[in-house]
Amino acid sequence: MRVSLIFIAAAVLWAQTRAPERSKQQTTRKDAAAPAGDAAKGKKLFTATGCYECHGYVGQGGTAGPRIAPDPIPFPAFSAYLRHPANQMPPYTEKVASNQDLADIYAYLKTIPQPPSPDSIPLLKK
Amino acid sequence: MVQVLKSLGFEYVAANPGSSFRSLHESLVNFGGNINPEFLTCCHEESAVAMGDGYARIEGKPLAVCAHSTVGLQHASMAIYNAYAGRVPVFLVLGNTVDITLRRNLGDWDHSAQDAAAMVRDYTKWDDLPASLTQFAESAVRAYRIAMTPPMGPVVLVADSGLQESPVPETTRIPIPKLTLMSPPAGDSAAVNEIARLLMAAEMPVIVAERAVRTAAGMKLLVELAETLQAPVTQGKFPTDHPLSHPDGKVIADADVVLGMEVNDLWGAVHVYRDQLHGSARSLIRPGVKLLSISPNELYIKSNYQNFQRFTDPEVNIAADAETTMPALIEACKRLLTADRKNAIAERGRRLTQRHAQAREQARQAATLAWDASPVSWQRLFAEVWELMKDQDWALVGGQPSRLWRIDRHYQTMGVTGSGGAGGVGFTAPASVGAALAHRKHGRLCVSIQSDGDLLYAPGVLWTAAHHRIPLLIVMHNNRAYHQEVMHVQRMANRHQRGIENARTGTTLTNPDIDFAAIAKGMGVYSEGPISAPKDLAAALRRGVDVVRKGEPALVDVVTQPR
Repeated sequence: MRVSLIFIAAAVLWAQTRAPERSKQQTTRKDAAAPAGDAAKGKKLFTATGCYECHGYVGQGGTAGPRIAPDPIPFPAFSAYLRHPANQMPPYTEKVASNQDLADIYAYLKTIPQPPSPDSIPLLKK
Repeated sequence: MVQVLKSLGFEYVAANPGSSFRSLHESLVNFGGNINPEFLTCCHEESAVAMGDGYARIEGKPLAVCAHSTVGLQHASMAIYNAYAGRVPVFLVLGNTVDITLRRNLGDWDHSAQDAAAMVRDYTKWDDLPASLTQFAESAVRAYRIAMTPPMGPVVLVADSGLQESPVPETTRIPIPKLTLMSPPAGDSAAVNEIARLLMAAEMPVIVAERAVRTAAGMKLLVELAETLQAPVTQGKFPTDHPLSHPDGKVIADADVVLGMEVNDLWGAVHVYRDQLHGSARSLIRPGVKLLSISPNELYIKSNYQNFQRFTDPEVNIAADAETTMPALIEACKRLLTADRKNAIAERGRRLTQRHAQAREQARQAATLAWDASPVSWQRLFAEVWELMKDQDWALVGGQPSRLWRIDRHYQTMGVTGSGGAGGVGFTAPASVGAALAHRKHGRLCVSIQSDGDLLYAPGVLWTAAHHRIPLLIVMHNNRAYHQEVMHVQRMANRHQRGIENARTGTTLTNPDIDFAAIAKGMGVYSEGPISAPKDLAAALRRGVDVVRKGEPALVDVVTQPR
């Protein structure tokens, strides 16, 4: 159990530090591992359960929390981290957010599109 | 009293009027001609003191603040505590009436105290109650000198109304001592040499330079020290384009020596606290890493308020001003630079240059996230503001800068936190107006990223900015909540497993949404907004800058993502 939690923490830390990626193959692999969820409901839950407070309305991250979309981490790691977070995030027990809630939120995160390339944005060009 | 204040070179006196200093007030504007110092009309004593805080951070010296006895000082007290914790000089003249026969009515009794400055004595450097004009002159010069000696801080001079209002014969000549500032404390050579030895022998020395830089010369010294060592700088006023600028602090995990220079919380710089049911702390540095410190903070420390932070025990701990000590430290390091070390240091510099470039590129990539989202993302807001500032002589006088901005002048930010020294909310709005006042004579374009909750404490400072024609672009970071507090309540709700739907009760600023543009307009400030769509932002900001360029304040209300 301890090993798996360390693995999950490492996965989340990896997700926090990496730059946005655009791998279709990776998205497909994650989709296969995720349970069915209702993205529209997930979007509402994302706000209602306060996820946006740290991660922003589209999961972009901010000063208080890391980016979690697009390309969310695999669902098992996502779910496990919510139940047993390794860093500052408070744990979300099943009493607070059910497994179905997590699946819905995850479905919402998967709908968040890739950002434009910085080179396509005049204000961000080098 | 006016002559004394003039002799100290005050440009301004900021105050909300109060009868306990009515004689001084009248003398300032008539006898003193309302020039040097010029009276700044403030709508709250907290605003007056915080304006002084912001002004001093840029000007390098205090303005004078007057406050009414008891209730006025009570209003001022949070801002005084911010200045104390932030090591910022503030010179407060406090009215009071000691002699009961001079108290005219019920109000005068309510607004008099036996020991008027006692309430703030725990967080001021010095105070006095002069009984004569000669004592007032001496104490004023002493107070100014104490406020300006590192570690700097606020001082209080009680101007008794009896002394203020007693006639002074025309022939009376009150001697006013000449102001001579103290030389700041510098580190002794043995300790400085030992720090140099440890830094030069290190494989990865890291500099945490939180409050080390006060002046342009200080910024140059910090660059020279970092370049001599090829050491990354994680905090403080350091050019952001410099390859040794590593503000994300990740490099501290690789350190074998950490030099803290005027770090308020050295323990916090090398630890992270995990706020869970069972709180725990984790070290960010490896076992055996040598901690070094240069800071004047423990030269002046008090017991009651706990802003001295967690205890640390650096290997070498110099009680001195960092900026004053840096020249000797640089020379000591250079003396130890052998050919062998030169190669290793240069190689470290190459690695850090690469890391710096990678981090900048990551920040550029991250800025694209939520680029077109509504409410407006922080990064979009930063990018739009930067576009208007980048070719100007600019200064950010409120809020935090973006990682992507090019900061290469010491006056371009307000310090490491950008907020009040003690984190007392309500600081940014008045401090930004005070700082913009200091920048005004230099013609700099001043911008403040202003949070909604902070402005609501004392929005009257908008009127002060309009009345005194202080040019400042206020860009609202209007996230319609005290989001940090939402998260605290949410954390507790999670901990108690009660559901988190109610965490926004008492922490949000909606229903109705607050119309900051209307508030600003009512205060005589040009305004636009609320703006929720990113596409509308650039034009609104440009119009705001046009107003500021004409010498007036402007406010653009932007509805933003939470944090």
